[in-house]
Amino acid sequence: MKIGKARVPYLLLLPGFAFLFTFFILPIINLAQTSTQTPVAGGDTGEYEQSFAFSNYINAFVDNREQFGRSFLYATLATIFALAIAYPLAYAIAFKSGKFKNILLVLVVAPFFTSFLLRTVAWKQILGEEGFVVPTLRSLHVISEQTTLTSTAFAVVAGMTYNFLPFMTLPLYASLERIDPRTIEAAGDLYANGLTTFRRVTVPLSMPGVVAGTLLTFIPAAGDYVNAAILGSPNTKMIGNVIESRYFKIVDYPTAAALSFTLMAAILILVTLYIRKAGTEELV
Amino acid sequence: MATENSLSPEARSILGSRISRRAVLAGAGGLGAAGLLAACGSGGDSASAESTVRWGNWPLYLDFDEETKTYPTLVKFTEQTGIEAKYFEDYNDNDEFYGKVQAQLKLGEDIGYDVVTPTDWMAARWLRLGYTQKFDLANIPNAGNILDSLASPSYDPQRESTLTWQGIMSGFGWNTEKNPKGIRTLDDLFAPQNKGKIVVLSEMRDTIGIILLAQGVDPESVTEAQYMNAVDFMAKKIADGWIRGVKGNEYAEDLTSGDATAVIGWSGDMFILASENEGKFDFAIPESGGTISGDNLMIPSTASAEGKANGEKMINYYYDPVVAAEVAAYVNYVCPVKGAQAEMEKIAPELATSEYIFPTEKTSSRLHVFRSLTPAEETTWAEAFQKAQGN
Repeated sequence: MKIGKARVPYLLLLPGFAFLFTFFILPIINLAQTSTQTPVAGGDTGEYEQSFAFSNYINAFVDNREQFGRSFLYATLATIFALAIAYPLAYAIAFKSGKFKNILLVLVVAPFFTSFLLRTVAWKQILGEEGFVVPTLRSLHVISEQTTLTSTAFAVVAGMTYNFLPFMTLPLYASLERIDPRTIEAAGDLYANGLTTFRRVTVPLSMPGVVAGTLLTFIPAAGDYVNAAILGSPNTKMIGNVIESRYFKIVDYPTAAALSFTLMAAILILVTLYIRKAGTEELV
Repeated sequence: MATENSLSPEARSILGSRISRRAVLAGAGGLGAAGLLAACGSGGDSASAESTVRWGNWPLYLDFDEETKTYPTLVKFTEQTGIEAKYFEDYNDNDEFYGKVQAQLKLGEDIGYDVVTPTDWMAARWLRLGYTQKFDLANIPNAGNILDSLASPSYDPQRESTLTWQGIMSGFGWNTEKNPKGIRTLDDLFAPQNKGKIVVLSEMRDTIGIILLAQGVDPESVTEAQYMNAVDFMAKKIADGWIRGVKGNEYAEDLTSGDATAVIGWSGDMFILASENEGKFDFAIPESGGTISGDNLMIPSTASAEGKANGEKMINYYYDPVVAAEVAAYVNYVCPVKGAQAEMEKIAPELATSEYIFPTEKTSSRLHVFRSLTPAEETTWAEAFQKAQGN
């Protein structure tokens, strides 16, 4: 049988679609069904039945609004810090690194070669009482004898910033690297000084990288629970920790599902607003 | 050993693979050595068509030979019976393990284990839901060796489907340099030098059990109001910055790193920590009493007839006092097998008198069991406990 030319694109889509259907659409439907269930009367732990209790969503949100707020606050902070660190880094690699460019890029990606968890645990040791940071800061009287760095919001945000830094750096590098040096030269020819050139030429041309980098950092950071679990304390729990605890510890699947949906919706709304504002025409 | 922490089993197994066993014992083991030692029970994949038994157990809960990377008692079991034992150290957390296999149990599909090792209250849930199989006691003549005090728990009065693997005491653990006088009461625990450096167990029945006892309430008959009162006490200590974390085995890591100076912890862990750090740490049962619980060997409803029979033979093997003593000498938890103490005298006399492994009558009388909860209580109580820790 001859396959019509028009059908080829659809056939090419098939594997991806089948995959997404099985591992995204079906679980999402299942999650949606779970999210409106209520416990079976007289049933055992973890037994739920469908009763279209949409109030689950309201209860889940109201009960955990603090952790929701914290998740978005931490994710925003981590994104800002990551941007502040990654922009100069990507800029240097793209424009100033010369023959070291490839080595520097490998160094940026290198942390990916170790497990995400390992890196986070390493932070715990770095910031721990017997690491070198705390004693050094103490001897410099930057922090008091009583202050600890682990189990704090600082540690959680620092961990997230670090863990998501490559996601910020790489898109930034990709868009900075693509800037035609002649546009910068042209700005100079038109008597723009360094700062003006940067502000009027480099930054606007790198915006696709900024948008992509911030999204790639913010979205996983908002749902992250590993950093808060390892580096945080009971007072720095994020929504991911609540979902985990609801699912595994309390065996309250409906609330866990409702929270997941709420998180997804919240991220979707925030990201949509952001993209609207920032523009995505040239998203990498 | 009830390890609870906030990572998924997958996550932990990735993490586990970097931690050497010794490092874990020295206290870096918060996140468990889950995947590390999985499935090397018989020292390799020698047999293929041989009959096998698959056992899911908690990390660091079986004698292990660092040099050969094998579990000596399991190797001997295979030699004696020809049954290949596949040992998985991936039972990291009662709730998580249950979450992982619950759907398959419900559908009657193989969960991948012939023997599992849940803690009492979780074993009770499995029994209630019919997720276990009754033992064929003809295969377990040693079952009668179980200590009298453990022989008839409320969830399985005749021990028809469960047998204790190890008993776990919980109490206070501390850094002896920061707490030279030791810790015997909650007031000692919440002393100024420990402020912000206290970690309590994420195993609700242990942490709240100890608080309840300190408040004069017996966890064996605790009411909801009394329970919530104890949870409030913990929540307040968290809010006021006394308690830095509610954790599973990671508290050991925090103790060695200096991030924690006092904990509510488990005897076996503290015992190992103390011996590996030249007395820098100590453990005691609180004056008002400690808690004791057990992890149970049992056969999931989904095990095949062959898996079940092999599992029973293995359980029988571990109820041989000689073997039980070998295990106890290594894991340092409360040994549930009669006669093991006498055997211990032959292999490690200094341990035969250990209160932690073979508690005397006097010690046992200070240890309390948390009563079993109804399904409704299980949910609301767990919820309160989770909320108190910010979840």
